[in-house]
Amino acid sequence: MVKARTLYEKIWDAHVVERRPDGTCLIYIDRHLVHEVTSPQAFEGLRLAGRKVRRPDLTLAVPDHNLPTTPRRDADGKRIPIADPESAQQLAALERNAPEFGVRLIGDADAEQGIVHVIGPEQGFTLPGTTLVCGDSHTSSHGALGALAFGIGTSEVEHVLATQTLLLKQSKTMAVVVDGVLAPGVTAKDVALAICGTIGTAGGTGYVMEYRGSVFRDMSIEGRLTVANMSIEAGARSGLFAPDEKTFAYIEGRPMAPKGADFEAAVAYWRTLHTDEGAVFDKTVVIDAADIVPNVTWGTSPEDVVAVTGVVPDPSSFADPSKQAAAQKSLDYMGLTAGQRLADVAIEHIFIGSCTNSRIEDLRAAASLLKGRHIAAGIKHAMVVPGSGLVKRQAEEEGLDRVFLDAGFEWREPGCSACLGMNPDKVPAGERCASTSNRNFMGRQGPGSRTHLVSPAMAAAAAITGRLTDVRELLNNKEGVVA
Amino acid sequence: MDKLTTVDGRAYPFGMKNVDTDIVIPAHWLKTISRSGLGKGAFEVLRKEPGNVFDDPAYVGSPILIAGDNFGCGSSREHAAWALGDLGIKVVIAPSFSDIFSGNAFKNGILTVVLPQAAIDRLMDVAKGVNGTPDPIHIDLESQTVTTQFQDRFTFEIDPFRKHCLLGGLDEIGLTLDQSDLIGGYEAKQAQDRPWIVPAAVA
Repeated sequence: MVKARTLYEKIWDAHVVERRPDGTCLIYIDRHLVHEVTSPQAFEGLRLAGRKVRRPDLTLAVPDHNLPTTPRRDADGKRIPIADPESAQQLAALERNAPEFGVRLIGDADAEQGIVHVIGPEQGFTLPGTTLVCGDSHTSSHGALGALAFGIGTSEVEHVLATQTLLLKQSKTMAVVVDGVLAPGVTAKDVALAICGTIGTAGGTGYVMEYRGSVFRDMSIEGRLTVANMSIEAGARSGLFAPDEKTFAYIEGRPMAPKGADFEAAVAYWRTLHTDEGAVFDKTVVIDAADIVPNVTWGTSPEDVVAVTGVVPDPSSFADPSKQAAAQKSLDYMGLTAGQRLADVAIEHIFIGSCTNSRIEDLRAAASLLKGRHIAAGIKHAMVVPGSGLVKRQAEEEGLDRVFLDAGFEWREPGCSACLGMNPDKVPAGERCASTSNRNFMGRQGPGSRTHLVSPAMAAAAAITGRLTDVRELLNNKEGVVA
Repeated sequence: MDKLTTVDGRAYPFGMKNVDTDIVIPAHWLKTISRSGLGKGAFEVLRKEPGNVFDDPAYVGSPILIAGDNFGCGSSREHAAWALGDLGIKVVIAPSFSDIFSGNAFKNGILTVVLPQAAIDRLMDVAKGVNGTPDPIHIDLESQTVTTQFQDRFTFEIDPFRKHCLLGGLDEIGLTLDQSDLIGGYEAKQAQDRPWIVPAAVA
C-alpha cells in the first residue's frame, strides 16, 4: 500500500533531484520570481563566476520594492527619474541584468507591473504543485494556489539562477484548522492575525503549514493569498492550500498558464494534490471560526494581536519575563499604555496596499465602506496603492478610484509602497498608521513609525472615524453615524 | 566563502528575543547593489540608544553575538547576514533562529549555534565578564562545542553538510553545478510527465 502523504510531502517528493544519506535533498525549482532588491548581488555573482541562468524561461523579473508610487512616465511617455539615486541604481541594475541573462522583465511602467506576489498569480505564473521561490519572505503567498512557495536569501537566489535547484532539508508539517463560518466584518486578514496571535511569530518555525477546514475551503483565492502571505509572520516559510475548483477557475485563461489540452492535463494532475486520508501532520492547531473577530495589533510584532473591542494588554500579564520586557518596550515605542481601549486610539495615516491586501477584493471591501463618506479631520494622509497595474485598471473600470478620491484618499501607482521604508512612502516618526500590510516591526514603515495591522475594511473604518474602529459598527450603520 | 574552524573572542551580550531582520538592518540600507559596507547600518535603531552593547568599547569588534529566541525572524533579506559579517561577527548563539536567517548566515560563513536558554544565560554572564571585564568564549566547529575558561562546555548540533561547507569554505553553487547531469535528467523526465510546466510564452 502507498503511504498516505500530506500535500507538502507530495509536492516535495515530486521535486527531489537527489536524496542524500543525511536527508538533505536537491530540490528542483519550477518558478523563480526576481525583484530589484535581493537580486543585484546574485547576478553580479554569476557574472564574476562566468555562469549563466540555467532556465530563464522559468524566471520572471519585476521591480516593486523601490519604485515610487507616483507617476513613472510624463505626458510624452518619458521616464520620470527616481529622485533617490540608490533606488534608481537598483532599478537600473535589474533592467541591465534581466536582458543580459535572458530573463523576461516586466517594466516599471508596464500595465502588468506590480508587487511580485500579486503578479505571479495574476499572470498565471504561479501554478499548483510547483515549487516557487523569490528573494522575499512573503513568497509564502503563492501557497494559496497550492504551490510550495518560500522566500530565499540572495545567495539562494544566485544558486537557483545558476542551477534551478536548492539544497534543502524537508520541513515538519503543521495543519492549521479553522472550521465554522466567519462572522460579518471578519476577513481573511483577521484569520491571519488570529493565527499569528495564537501560535506566535516563532510558532511555525521549521514547519510548512497547510490551511484546512471549512473557513479556508469557503475562502476566495484572494482571501487565501492574504492568509498564505502571512504564514511567514507565524514563522512558517510556506503555507499551503490544497488546490480546488476555485483554484482551477482562477488560473484558467491567465497569460502564462497552460492552455487547451495542456490545461486539462494540468488540472488532472492538480486534482491529485491534496493530503491523503490518514496522512499525519507533525502538529495540528485548531481555531474556531466563531472565536475570530476583527483584529488589530497593539505592539511591534505580528503576534501582538488583540480584538479591536479589547484593550492594550498589561506587560505584567505575560507569563514569560522576556515577553514582559518586550511588551513594555513595544508599548513605549507605540506610545500606548496598558488598559487603554484600542477603539480610543487616534490614527493619523491610512495605508491600503502591500502584497497582503492590495488585490481587487481588498479594494472593493474598503471602497464599499468609504462610498459616500469622507476621511476624518484627524487623518493627515490616506492612500490606496493597488497591487498591480491590472488591479488598478480593474478598480478604475469599477469606479473604485473615484470612491477613494472622493473620500479623501490618494490613488497611487502599484508597488510595495509604505509596507516597508524603501521608497518615498513612509509614515513619519511618532505618527500612527492603520495599515493593511503584514509587519508592525519597529521602524518598518519609516524610522519611528507606529503601525497597527488591520484588514482593508478596518483600515477604511479607521479612516472614516479617525481612530481604530470596529468595522461592524459601520456595517450595521450605513448612514455613517458612528456611536 | 572563508573557512570557519574555531572562533575565539569576546561576545556581544545582546540577549534580545524575536530580533527581526528589520532590526538587524533597516530597509533603507537595502538599496545597495554590493554585499559590503553594511556594518554601518547594523542595529541602527538600537545603536541610537545610549549604552547599547554594539557601541560599548568593551564589546566593539567581538566575533560572537549572543541573542534570544527566534533571532532573524521576518524579512528574508540576506543583508542581515552581510551586515553582521561586516561587523566582524562570525558566530551567533541563540536558543532558536528563523529558518531563512540561519540559511543566509551559513551561506556567508557565519555559524549559528543553537543552545538552551540556560546555556545562553551562562554565556551572557561570561560575555559581560565574571569580574567586570568581558571574558572570552571559544567555539570549535569540528567538535561542535562552546567552551569558556571557567570549565563551561556546551555541545551543539549542526547539519553535517553545513558543517562540511563551513570547515572547507566551499562554494555551494560550484558543488551543485557538478551535478548538472542529474538536474538535466530531472528536467527531461519532467518535460515528459508535466510538459505544461513551462510557462506559456507571452508575446
